[in-house]
Amino acid sequence: MAHIAYREALGQAMSEEMRRDEKVFLMGEEVGFYQGAFKVSRGMLEEFGPMRVIDTPITEAGFTGVGIGAAMVGLRPIIEMMTFNFSILAMDQIINNAAKIRSMSGGQFTVPMVVRGPGGSAARLAAQHSQSLESLYCHIAGLKVIAPSVPKDAKGLLKSAIRDNNPVICFEAQALYGTMGEVPEGDYTIPIGVADVKREGKDVTLIAWSKMLLLCLRTAEELAKQGIDAEVVDPRTLRPLDLETILHSVRKTNRVVIVEEAWPYAGVSAEIADRISHEALDVLDAPVERVTGEDVPIPYAKNLEQAALPSSEKIIHAVKKVMYLE
Amino acid sequence: MTSKQKPPFIEFLRQMTLIRRFEEKAAEMYALGKIAGFCHLYIGEEAVAVGAIGAADPKDYIVTAYRDHGHALARGLEPKRVMAELFGKATGVSKGMGGSMHLFDASRNFMGGYAIVGGHIPLATGIGFAMKYEKKDQVVLCFFGEGSVPSGNFHEALNLASLWRLPVVYICENNRFGMGTPVERSSALYDIAHAAQAHDMPFHHIDGMDVTDVYTQMQKIIEGVRKAKRPIFVEARTYRYMGHSMSDPAHGHYRTKAEIDEHKKRDPILTLQQLLLETKEITKEEISKMERDIQDIVLESVEFADKSPEPPLSALSEYIYAP
Ligand SMILES: Cc1ncc(C[n+]2csc(CCOP(=O)(O)OP(=O)(O)O)c2C)c(N)n1
Repeated sequence: MAHIAYREALGQAMSEEMRRDEKVFLMGEEVGFYQGAFKVSRGMLEEFGPMRVIDTPITEAGFTGVGIGAAMVGLRPIIEMMTFNFSILAMDQIINNAAKIRSMSGGQFTVPMVVRGPGGSAARLAAQHSQSLESLYCHIAGLKVIAPSVPKDAKGLLKSAIRDNNPVICFEAQALYGTMGEVPEGDYTIPIGVADVKREGKDVTLIAWSKMLLLCLRTAEELAKQGIDAEVVDPRTLRPLDLETILHSVRKTNRVVIVEEAWPYAGVSAEIADRISHEALDVLDAPVERVTGEDVPIPYAKNLEQAALPSSEKIIHAVKKVMYLE
Repeated sequence: MTSKQKPPFIEFLRQMTLIRRFEEKAAEMYALGKIAGFCHLYIGEEAVAVGAIGAADPKDYIVTAYRDHGHALARGLEPKRVMAELFGKATGVSKGMGGSMHLFDASRNFMGGYAIVGGHIPLATGIGFAMKYEKKDQVVLCFFGEGSVPSGNFHEALNLASLWRLPVVYICENNRFGMGTPVERSSALYDIAHAAQAHDMPFHHIDGMDVTDVYTQMQKIIEGVRKAKRPIFVEARTYRYMGHSMSDPAHGHYRTKAEIDEHKKRDPILTLQQLLLETKEITKEEISKMERDIQDIVLESVEFADKSPEPPLSALSEYIYAP
């Protein structure tokens, strides 16, 4: 297996799918000549040329809508948002068109499209550039939402997304692009809707995706030193959600902490907590705890940014709470 | 300022030099890790903010994008408080909440820097709307890059301003590049100013590398907007010497060093120095003294920022909902 960076894994997924299917193309700001603002599309313009790796002006609503139109007549666009903060400008297109066209047309038209790009906080980018917007998209019927946390999942899930006949939103945490991991050689896919247990444990289930998954894995090591054996479950896809794998873990540990970088109010973790409490109340030894970002726009100042985001300390505190150790 | 008074070009030289030295220092502080996040330098473009804001009245409003240090200093925001904001300190102009891209100062009608390309242009239109609504004679100056011009926000905001005859000056700082994309690959309209025609808005071109041109034209334009009560579009052709942000090399593969050097020949600061020396309005000694004074201000601002406290943890939720 090759040891490669998350950004390379995504680049490989796109390039391999573009070689496999000439209907697939990539469009977005700076994806071509600049090789991608975060270098995910490095080398792609050279290989595929400017008709398939398309630089756009700063017109998120426009080029996303263009992608939807092209998808309706058979192409398979990958739309790159330079960051998901800017996808807000394209939300009307994504929510009112991409997500609804199949349903509104009685199944006559489909929108096989991927909208992907970095999300979440990075280092001190302040309120307009540090947002985790997964829950906004998860809320919308007609969309699928994936959020891979390691290079292997990133490649396999993105390939599935490109082959999917529905609009798929792919969140790639900005802070993950440089992280490394083993990625199998050759073609493989990871199905959308299947979670993965990233660490086995028996005392408590930690549920987290994307950057927070890595935080949970680190925190689990910390907990192990304190004699607490945490299982870490990565849903990998947020809509559809693999509740089975989650419940399986909950039945084993009887305690759950869900960790989400985004805000608490109406978050994805609220949805997961609700499902668990309905399906597994009988085995829960404590109410499900959620560790989320604070309910504030992310400030610029270093100390405040740190205070606003989930941390190992906050996770450990929540774990102790569900174990009645605090 | 009446037309009989001499233009304040010495003051403009001081301001442009301050912006340049302040940002050179900011780049250093970024390298040291004292400044974080995205930091976009305005070096090369100083004449636009200084000439345009210099031509406005202090009571007029300024709205700008994320490349906002120059506009802030030209508007008279205290350098030490701007530097403190870049450091993320409680004494910063936005109390450490905003950082480089979000400088605000209500006391100077400095309505903010915004990080979403084009997202602030409707706000400027809205401030213009309020001026009309309240029958005030204040004008709004709205700065943005040519990268905003293809965006929906730009066209929607300009149409409304023109339709409703609002007192806004839209100033496109065309520095030729939006990140790595030259204007000819982002805009079907190469002559950006013509975009105003789609909204029946008068337009002007100004030389963004020459503060005397910016100032003299902007004086007339702003007074025209104040009297006629209708918006105007201005395209200032300028050039950024540095990378798009601190994460971009000075001249990426999207342009050559020779191209940058060509533009540096028309450096706005050197050009104005030359002019003032020729007309004997300033001496070489006075320029040196000005440089020394500015050096002091910049060093003081770093010291102030460094010594200032971080915001208290209570600030995390203090400014979200108004009481
Ligand atoms: C809506 C949106 N899309 C993309 C970006 C990322 N981005 C930041 S600056 C920039 C280039 C803007 O160029 P221009 O408007 O010409 O201003 P300049 O940087 O040249 O001053 C881009 C693409 C953003 N901030 N907002």
